[in-house]
Amino acid sequence: MSRTPLRLRVEPITCHAHGICRELLPELIRLDEWGYPVLDDHPVPAALLAPARVAVRSCPSLALRLDRMA
Amino acid sequence: MGQSLWFASRGTGLVTALLLTATTVLGAIHAGRVTSARWPRFTLHAVHRNLSLLTLVFLAVHVASAIIDPYAGIAWLDVVVPFVSTYHPFWLGMGAVAFDLILAVVVTSLLRRRIGLWWWRAVHLSAYALWPVAMLHGVGIGGADTRLGWVLALYLACAAAVLVAVVRRLLVRDPDRDARRRAWTS
Repeated sequence: MSRTPLRLRVEPITCHAHGICRELLPELIRLDEWGYPVLDDHPVPAALLAPARVAVRSCPSLALRLDRMA
Repeated sequence: MGQSLWFASRGTGLVTALLLTATTVLGAIHAGRVTSARWPRFTLHAVHRNLSLLTLVFLAVHVASAIIDPYAGIAWLDVVVPFVSTYHPFWLGMGAVAFDLILAVVVTSLLRRRIGLWWWRAVHLSAYALWPVAMLHGVGIGGADTRLGWVLALYLACAAAVLVAVVRRLLVRDPDRDARRRAWTS
């Protein structure tokens, strides 16, 4: 189960561009010119899973998710 | 024991007022999106959260010592049910109202992912109401303590800090809010 690749997704309507995810996970998240996160579709590397979970937990708008890749 | 429990309750009450003020100020600053290289937003939020938990510790000692000390005859029920105590029913009732709201704010924060953002925010905003209620409880019930110069100075400093933080939060703008406003009105 823990082998299932996970990827970060952001709910664009819910996201209020707080930018805290970028502070916590600059390795995987960059911000566009308006401050909204830009994510790629790659699986989150195992080494970054813990900080990715922290970023998800810390999102003030509950807009960031870790989803299983289909 | 003598009066030590009673003094403990008064002392921890003042410390709680100070911690509650710091928590409220940091919450307003955090919501106002203050950030810098030395204080990224997640650090400010962490201090806000940890200070709130420290507030709970002092609040617990404040409440427990006031009840265990037989001097005022405060019952455990008076902690959560406002305005039913024999000792200063109004001012102690304000404390009970603040206590209930603090519990609601803490519990909804712990359950934030489950209850959703709308309910969390609705309850969390009551912090701006519970802070003055809690402070009035202290000012009103403090009696001779409240007339001490340094206690008065403490209350005034707390009020000034919250006022500045709240006004700043109301005035601050961020691109996301502006964009949403424009989307609504156009």
